[in-house]
Amino acid sequence: MNELLSNYLPILIFVGLSGVIGLALLVAPFLIAVKRPDPEKVSAFECGFEAFEDARMKFDVRFYLVAILFIIFDLEVAFLFPWAVAFGELGWFGFTSMMIFLGVLTIGFIYEWRKGALEWD
Amino acid sequence: MVLPYIFFYLFSAIVIASALMVIASRNPVHSVLFLILAFVNAAGIFMLAGAEFLALILIVVYVGAVAVLFLFVVMMLDVDFAEFRSGMLQYMPIGALIGIVLLLELLLVAGTAYLAPEGAGSGVLPIAGGIENTRALGQILYTRYIYLFQACGLVLLVAMIGAIVLTLRHKPGVKRQDIAKQVARGKSGLEIVKVESGKGL
Amino acid sequence: MVSEFAGFASLAPAYPELLLALGALVLLLMGVLAKKESAPWITGITIGLLIGVGVLIVAAPSEGVIFAGGYINDGFARFMKALVVAGSVFALILAVSNAEAHGLNKFEYPVLVVLATLGMFMMISANDLMNLYVGLELQSLALYVVAAFKRDSSKATEAGLKYFVLGALSSGMLLYGASLLYGFTGHTQLNEIAQAIALGDRNAGVIFGLVFVLAGLAFKISAVPFHMWTPDVYEGAPTPVTAFFASAPKVAAMALVIRVVFDAFEPIAQDWQQVVIFISIASMVLASFAAIGQKNLKRLLAYSSIGHVGFALVGLSAGSLVGVEGVAIYMAIYVAMTIGTFACILALRNEDGYVETIDDLAGLAQNRPFVAAMLAVFMFSLVGLPPLAGFFAKWQVFLAAVEAQLFILAVIGMLASAVSAFYYLRVVKVMYFDEPTQTFALPAIELRVVIALTGFLVITYYFTIGAPLSQWAHTAAGSLF
Repeated sequence: MNELLSNYLPILIFVGLSGVIGLALLVAPFLIAVKRPDPEKVSAFECGFEAFEDARMKFDVRFYLVAILFIIFDLEVAFLFPWAVAFGELGWFGFTSMMIFLGVLTIGFIYEWRKGALEWD
Repeated sequence: MVLPYIFFYLFSAIVIASALMVIASRNPVHSVLFLILAFVNAAGIFMLAGAEFLALILIVVYVGAVAVLFLFVVMMLDVDFAEFRSGMLQYMPIGALIGIVLLLELLLVAGTAYLAPEGAGSGVLPIAGGIENTRALGQILYTRYIYLFQACGLVLLVAMIGAIVLTLRHKPGVKRQDIAKQVARGKSGLEIVKVESGKGL
Repeated sequence: MVSEFAGFASLAPAYPELLLALGALVLLLMGVLAKKESAPWITGITIGLLIGVGVLIVAAPSEGVIFAGGYINDGFARFMKALVVAGSVFALILAVSNAEAHGLNKFEYPVLVVLATLGMFMMISANDLMNLYVGLELQSLALYVVAAFKRDSSKATEAGLKYFVLGALSSGMLLYGASLLYGFTGHTQLNEIAQAIALGDRNAGVIFGLVFVLAGLAFKISAVPFHMWTPDVYEGAPTPVTAFFASAPKVAAMALVIRVVFDAFEPIAQDWQQVVIFISIASMVLASFAAIGQKNLKRLLAYSSIGHVGFALVGLSAGSLVGVEGVAIYMAIYVAMTIGTFACILALRNEDGYVETIDDLAGLAQNRPFVAAMLAVFMFSLVGLPPLAGFFAKWQVFLAAVEAQLFILAVIGMLASAVSAFYYLRVVKVMYFDEPTQTFALPAIELRVVIALTGFLVITYYFTIGAPLSQWAHTAAGSLF
């Protein structure tokens, strides 16, 4: 248990360090910077005239399809990690097993490609 | 060794606090960001429990992909979020009721584990020492559980087909570049004209 | 630890699944690589593939437990798989001439039906909680997509979304139950769970696991109190898809319930019987009364299917061989009746499109006497009037309940059956005694064939398939005990 944790000590120090630096950079301006707000300064600036609308705008729904397809291949990659780690012990059976899995998803990929899901318009 | 406990409580506290912020924050984009914080700290708890693979998959899949999808969805929706929240008080009682029932159930189960420790986890297999769990998974997932593994491949395939069937739309009349066609075009449709100097075409 | 591949012969029990998976992949590739419109001939090949798989299951039985104990193919599994394949084939046939009108004229539809069928096979053959879950997800995911297939119709989209959200909730409950079972028994394989329960005393953790798993599965068979999604989804989904939902997935989920309670919870039969009796009574009673006010035909059939699940569960409540045999026969007859009824509904098309409400059927008997007569037969059979098939289905399950001394359950069932007669017979009354208001187009040839075939089986059940079906169901049920 402790051995496992000590393996992650560098990451822990890294996370701690980046956290400290990030926080410092966030907090420092509050303490040091000169603040003299007035309404014109803090209002949204849009090319010299009054702002038309909210800065939020709707994303195109096509991003959704891109994200879903990304998740699917992300999960496929997740399956590859244990396979790669244990590769030496798996033999031909394990190898073929993964190739079939990849084959199924390649068929999915061909489908995707031919359907034009990878194109924007 | 007290260090793992300190980390456990640190991670747990952040998970609970950020989960609370997910439902309490006004801006839905902030909710998603707090969700990411919750995921990362949950990964830390997994790590403490020795489930390294799960911890890293949580980061790769949930933080890397699912949270991004959530962000997209939040930004895609054109809802007035103030109005969205107005129903909250109205649904609060029933939500609280369901929450309490779930909590009681969890307590009951945990209570059994405490009262009858021989019942709970009696048959749980110990983790083999000296072997990291990514390797342990790899040793059985692709051979012993090949049937499930391939079925997972098919589930992913169905997800792919479903996403495309339900959401893909092509605008009619879009002209696409077809490089192979361009390259193979040759000289057809092309006329070379000698133009005398000073005369123009 | 590392199991080596023992040759293709060792995979023989799983040949139907392999064939379906391979078929789905090939069909998907063929469909997407084809130059011209591929939906019609892909549907044709798919029907051929499914029939081939059905023949393989019936004619070339190969039974056994493979894949490290996670997969089981026994007589029971073969019976249920044959039913599922029949449901899938008919669902595809029903869509042939209506594909365009229902937005199903894409080659993905048959491919998704094949993948859903594969998921159902995996459910039926699951001997391990993990296999159970993966099979269930494969099936459900394909069905969610199919429900929303007509994506420009707001009703179909709503149906798909509702089905997805509630289905995901039920999967969550199932998983929670499964994790409790694993935590308290230390096993995921069904028979090992049973052994662990038999050795230890029954504790609250296992009971909670049992209840959560059963609740998750009750969603899938749409038994009360987890039936809320059914009417909306049945109404919103394209009609051929509704016919599919009402037949094959119900059979698969019912088979799963039966296998789980008998294989994993055999030592605590008392506990699961309570739950099953409760949802059985609730389904029968609620469906009988809720259906009375329905005007939409598909909603009516949704409540009817909820009620029929309740009746089938009467057989399971008995917890005996006769009971399981009854459920098997019930599901077979239920599939035939459902397919026939939906074929009738699809066959009725007037100038404004397909019939939606019961009032649209007014005077059908004068206009289309054959379809009206057959629909009346299916309605009488759904009520359970002798000598139609529906009567023998109910007879068998009530017999099992009485043998198991569950008199109150049997009486409630019969009363619910009597109440349900009211709304089924209303359909018949509208068809035969109301004045016609519109004319109907001649139904497509394959619809008439399906109606005639299922009608023939329902009418002549006692003389033709009754005896062999009972015999087969008896053998199938026997393989569980």
